[in-house]
Parts: sequence; C-alpha cells; structure tokens
Amino acid sequence: MIRYIASRLGGMVIVMLIVAILVFFITRLAPGDPAAVMLGEQATAADIANLRATYGLDRPLVVQFAYWLKELAHGNLGQSIFLQRPVTQALAERAEPTFFLTLFSLGIAMLIGVPCGIAAAVWRGKAVDQVFSAFAMLGASIPSFWFGLILMQIFAVGLGWFPVAGYGDPGVPLSDRLHHLVLPAIVLGIVNSALILRFTRASMLDVLGEDHIRTARAKGMSEARVVLHHALRNALIPVITVVGLTFALLIGGAIVTETVFGLPGVGNLVVSAVLRRDYPVIQGALLVIAALYVLINLSIDLLYLVIDPRVKY
Amino acid sequence: MATLPLRVPASLSSRGPTAILLRKIFGRKVVLVGAAILTVMALAAIAAPWITPYDPMALKVLDRLQGPRAAHWFGTDELGRDVFSRVVFGARYSLMIGASVVLVSVACGVLLGVAAGFFRRLDAPIMRVVDAMMSFPDILLAIALVAVLGASMTNVIIALSIVYTPRVARVVRASALVVRELLFIEAARALGISTWRILFIHVLQNVASPILVQATFIFAYAILAEAGLSFLGVGVPPALPTWGTMIASSQQFVHHAIWVALFPGIAIVLASLSLQMVGDGFRDLLDPKLRKAL
Repeated sequence: MIRYIASRLGGMVIVMLIVAILVFFITRLAPGDPAAVMLGEQATAADIANLRATYGLDRPLVVQFAYWLKELAHGNLGQSIFLQRPVTQALAERAEPTFFLTLFSLGIAMLIGVPCGIAAAVWRGKAVDQVFSAFAMLGASIPSFWFGLILMQIFAVGLGWFPVAGYGDPGVPLSDRLHHLVLPAIVLGIVNSALILRFTRASMLDVLGEDHIRTARAKGMSEARVVLHHALRNALIPVITVVGLTFALLIGGAIVTETVFGLPGVGNLVVSAVLRRDYPVIQGALLVIAALYVLINLSIDLLYLVIDPRVKY
Repeated sequence: MATLPLRVPASLSSRGPTAILLRKIFGRKVVLVGAAILTVMALAAIAAPWITPYDPMALKVLDRLQGPRAAHWFGTDELGRDVFSRVVFGARYSLMIGASVVLVSVACGVLLGVAAGFFRRLDAPIMRVVDAMMSFPDILLAIALVAVLGASMTNVIIALSIVYTPRVARVVRASALVVRELLFIEAARALGISTWRILFIHVLQNVASPILVQATFIFAYAILAEAGLSFLGVGVPPALPTWGTMIASSQQFVHHAIWVALFPGIAIVLASLSLQMVGDGFRDLLDPKLRKAL
C-alpha cells in the first residue's frame, strides 16, 4: 500500500510539473512581446522595457522558466499587473465565495443526484427511470449562465426571494453573504446533479445485479432493506469518484455563474484578468485550480483504501 | 446423401453489419428524436438566408425590445433586430464552431491516442501530458487560451480543440491498447503489412465506434463552451450572432425583455440535448453490458 501511495504521489508530482510547464508556455503562445501585450497599445517603449526587466522577460526562456519554478516552490505566484498585489493574496481574497458556492452546489447536486439515481435504478425502465434519465440529460445540456439568468429573473427580480446579485458588503455577517449564494448554488447544483444521477444509477444497477442481492431477496428480506442496506452501501463507493469529476465541472461552472450573479469569487477574478490581460493572475489561477483538482482526485483514490475493504493495492 | 442448397434471403444478404447497426441505433426512439431535432437545426442553419424573414444584422431602433408577435415570432432585441432570424443564423455559427472543434479534436486525438496505445515508448509521455491537460476545467483552459490567442472565431475553435483533444486521445488510446493485443493484428504483422497500414486501416476501424460516441458529446460540449466563452466576452466578437453572444448582449435588458435571452438559450439546450440523445444511444448500443438489455 505504501508503495502504491508513493507511486501515486510520484505520478502527481510529474503531472503537476507538466501542468506548470503548460501554464508557463500557454502565456508564451501570445503573438508578439508578452510585456507589450500585457501593457496594451498605449504603453511606451520605456514602460515595456521596464516590465521586461521586472519580470525577467529579457532573459532566455529556459532561465525564465527556472526562475518561475523557483518562485513557485516558495509559494510565490507572481505579482498581479492590474491589482498591484501578489497573485496569492488576490486569490485568497476571492476564495471565500467560490469555496462556499462550490461546496453548496456539490451538496445540492448530491441531494438531487443520489436519491434520483437510486430511484431510477430500482424502477429501471419504468416511468420514474425515464423521467429522471430525461432530467439528467436535460441538466447536462443547460448552459449554467443562461439558467442562472432565467432563474434570477423569476426568483430574484420577479418574486424577490433572493438578492439579485453581489455578495453583500464586506462588513455584513457570514449568513447574509451566504444568502447571496443560494440561487447561484441551486443553478450549479441542478446542472451538475446530472452526472451524479447517471453515476449513481449505473452503480446501483451494477450492484443490484450481484449475487448477494439475489441471496438477500431469496432470504425474504424486504425490498426496501435490500436496496437501502445491501445495495446502497456498495453502490455509493464508486459514486465518491464523481465528486472529483464534479469538482472540475463545478469550478468551470462557478467561473461563468459568478459572472452572472456578480459574485466576487475566483471565477470573476479570472474573467477580469483575461479581459485585462493580467497574465500572472491567469497563470496563478490555472495552476492553483489544476493542483486542487489533482489533489482531490488523489485523495479520493486513497479514500477508497480506507472505506472499501475489497480495494487492495 | 442429398445436400440442401444454402440460400440466404435476399433481404438479409444485402444488409451488412453497418446497415444492421444503423437500424438498431435509429430503431431507438431517443436517438431518432435527437437525430430529427439535429437535422431540422442543421437544415435551418443551411437554409437560413431563405427561411428568415429579416436580415439578422438589420437595425430597426424604432422596433426595439418588442415582445413576440406575428411580425417578430421571437420578438426583437435592444437594437430592433429580429430575434428569430438571429437565432436561425446563430445556428450557422454555433453548429459550425461545434463541428470544426469535433473535426480538429478528433483528428489530433486519434493521432495522439493511436500513437500512445500502439507504441509503448510514446505511451507514458503522451498520457502524462493528457493527464495534465485534463486537470484544468474545460472552460478555464479555454478562457486562458483565448485570452492568449485573442478573441476570434478561429481562435475559439483552436482553443476548444486543444481542450477536447485529450478526451479523444484517452478514449482512442484505451481502445488501441486492446486492439494491439488482438490476433488479427499479429496476423497482419506476420503478413508483412506495414505498421502505418495496420494503424490506419485495422486499428482505426476498430476504434471508430468509441470515437463516434465521443465526437457527439464533444460537439455538445463545444456548443455549450462556445456559448459560455461568448457570454463572458472572451469568445467570438459580439457582432457575430452566435447564441452565446446573443445571451451576453441581452443581459442589460433581460429584466424587461426576457425573450431576448430565452430563445437563444432554448436553441443551445435543444442542440446540446439532441446531440447527447444521439451520443447516449450510440454509447448504449456499443456498450456490451447494456446492449443485452436493449
């Protein structure tokens, strides 16, 4: 097992190194001088030269990369050009709404996806299954930004149940700030419940076809006990995998949804950075989100070792 | 002992495996409905100049933000442009971007996947890069790429193709790994058939089905992603009537003119839904576990 963990950690380091290389070179794809691109059309030659010197852009590419990696190793993601502060600080300031939005959305997605997936599997081929399967397909086809815009019109503008946009003033209590997240979380939760629903249904169908379920039924056990006690326990283990997959979807969805609802989160920061061509922020956000994704997936794989006695490496 | 002549009914002998597979696929209601919606959308996109009542770019400020009515089925937008005409023309751009992304990502993904699955030395390096690229959420990587390349239709296609190539590569590699070990590949090698011929005739034929499934899903994701990029203002220029740009420009007026956002959104949902219906049908049929149940 230790060998497995060590090999997975080694694999993760390699993947993260490649991620770092990709992130570094993506910004170098820009045609022309990156300093000129960052500063815009009105920059003078002196400004460009200054920025090139500040960021070491006048040095060879390999040297720049090595320097960047060294800084990364010290937790330094660079300095935002527009915000005039470290990227780590900018990301940390914007982390709260994104963290809670992702967490609530995941909760809502699981609350919808798991029970509906179980029901669809238990009543396979029946109307319940068809309705939930159609819902899953529809959920995966709805653009979250459009869904958010429409729900905002109905529930925030029309009925006034939720705040229209924003995250409340900085001084307001946490509960007030979280109130602003309800509607965006419902939007993201519904859209992303599709994957969990499908996964739970498939996993339950697999387990319901196994011998131990047939034995349980043969012993005269009630169907509810067979499903909830015997099938669900086993079926939910693979569903954990979906948490890792959903994380990437939720972060992607959060970027767009934050923009619709005017939430000052990481997604909004990234979109603003793109519009301002603030490359250090784009690089930093890409790197941190990719690292989180890799870490979450690794943790889930390791979690299997703890919760499923059948899994041995 | 008299031997009976073996006769194959003409109706059966004329049906190859492809015809039988297609009959099975389109025998499913979900696939049929999905394919029908998609066909109508594609035909509407092609015939857009002839079936739309107005020029999608024609400004008529006096008619701005009018609700759906006989003269304007889907109403008008903030500049008095006919929303129905724009939605139909939008299908041209959105479907074209989706189709281009599928073509480019499938071509690149097949090359990488076959190379990784067939040549052991290339497997680890290619797959590590694929893993790394798949660590980024799709839309985030696309945003970063468009930010660097510049916002244009071509660059959106390039960015989304880069985003979706790893998905194809992973699927193709998995299938190529299986096919590599099959006896007929060994037989082909023994017959002296060149590696390239084995790869592109024998391996490719055997990985075609999973590629087809993946292609339909990528088409759907690309339509959604393009709309997302355009909505954020980092996709195609706002002047082009894609469904995403239409929703983006409607944001300021949506409070009192919901139709400006509603109809392009429904178009996106319909396009994506129909593609997923077709893709799901293909996948169910090609999955040996599920095939028995159908």
